[in-house]
Amino acid sequence: MIVFRYLILLLVGITALGVVRTRDTTCQVLALSFYGLLLAVMFFVFQAPDVALSQIAVGAVALPLMVMLALARMKHSSEQQKKKQEAK
Amino acid sequence: MNGAWRMRIFFLAAAGFACLYFLAVRNLPPWGHYRGPYGDVMATSSVFQRHTTDVVNAIDYDYRGFDTLGEEFILFTSVLGVMLLLRDPEKNKGISRSGNMGQATRFGAAGSYAALLVFGLYMTTHGQLTPGGGFQGGVILATASMLIYIAEDFRVFKRITSHPIVEALDALGAAGYAAIGLSAFLFSAPFLTNWMPLGKTGDVFSSGTIAAISACVGLEVTAAFLMLGYTYLEEIVSETGEGG
Repeated sequence: MIVFRYLILLLVGITALGVVRTRDTTCQVLALSFYGLLLAVMFFVFQAPDVALSQIAVGAVALPLMVMLALARMKHSSEQQKKKQEAK
Repeated sequence: MNGAWRMRIFFLAAAGFACLYFLAVRNLPPWGHYRGPYGDVMATSSVFQRHTTDVVNAIDYDYRGFDTLGEEFILFTSVLGVMLLLRDPEKNKGISRSGNMGQATRFGAAGSYAALLVFGLYMTTHGQLTPGGGFQGGVILATASMLIYIAEDFRVFKRITSHPIVEALDALGAAGYAAIGLSAFLFSAPFLTNWMPLGKTGDVFSSGTIAAISACVGLEVTAAFLMLGYTYLEEIVSETGEGG
């Protein structure tokens, strides 16, 4: 079991680095969602299944959804600004 | 400031943080060697006092039930805020039906939706026995409904999740928690006293108000996340102009 604990801690560290190093924002959200899932596995390995279930709900579903929405809005408003500038 | 200086300052700050972090965690007890008294007291007494086998839910919905009531209303008011800011009945009136998904996708989504529904209901009703409970079960039930959006299109998803019943269920779940807490007053007991029959340990219908409150929270969270998911999807769909 001790191998699993070190392995999952290492994986969480690597994935966190991967989230920061991803440049494309949409890919970054997916990486963040995967990171949330790994965190849930980590909680499970450390014998906290209740926290793991909440982490799946919040970290892997709710948080990426909100970031996706914000990105969709930002892309849209920047496109509209471009159109306005071109019209001038 | 150029890049080289930036890196130097970053490494200086990172080294300082690493030192402080090491000092902070140096004296932590090793994993599994808990020092405080409360966890052990709870683990030994909650099965006999409340007939629950999941101590976490006994604490959430009974011993510290008042805190969870506050948390539930945090979710309730924040979803209410999202509704007030983003919902617009005139939005997406003219969205046309988009191309159908393949039969395999629709069949697969319907199958997994049924399985997830059963799993979510199981999670909500067995909170007092196994890890899980109202919050986790509610999120599973609500996010499983996203499969409708994948299998069908946005109009079908809208017809189901923007129904007034969903709003009523949200309010009913939130009010149910408070009502169960208040009902203890009828027996001249303090707020949120566990007055219902405790039942046999290990039964689905056991642990008194814990199971009832868990069901209320499940109802509220399901409805809240359904409304949240619908409003956010509506926002994205109307911004990008895609029908599904």
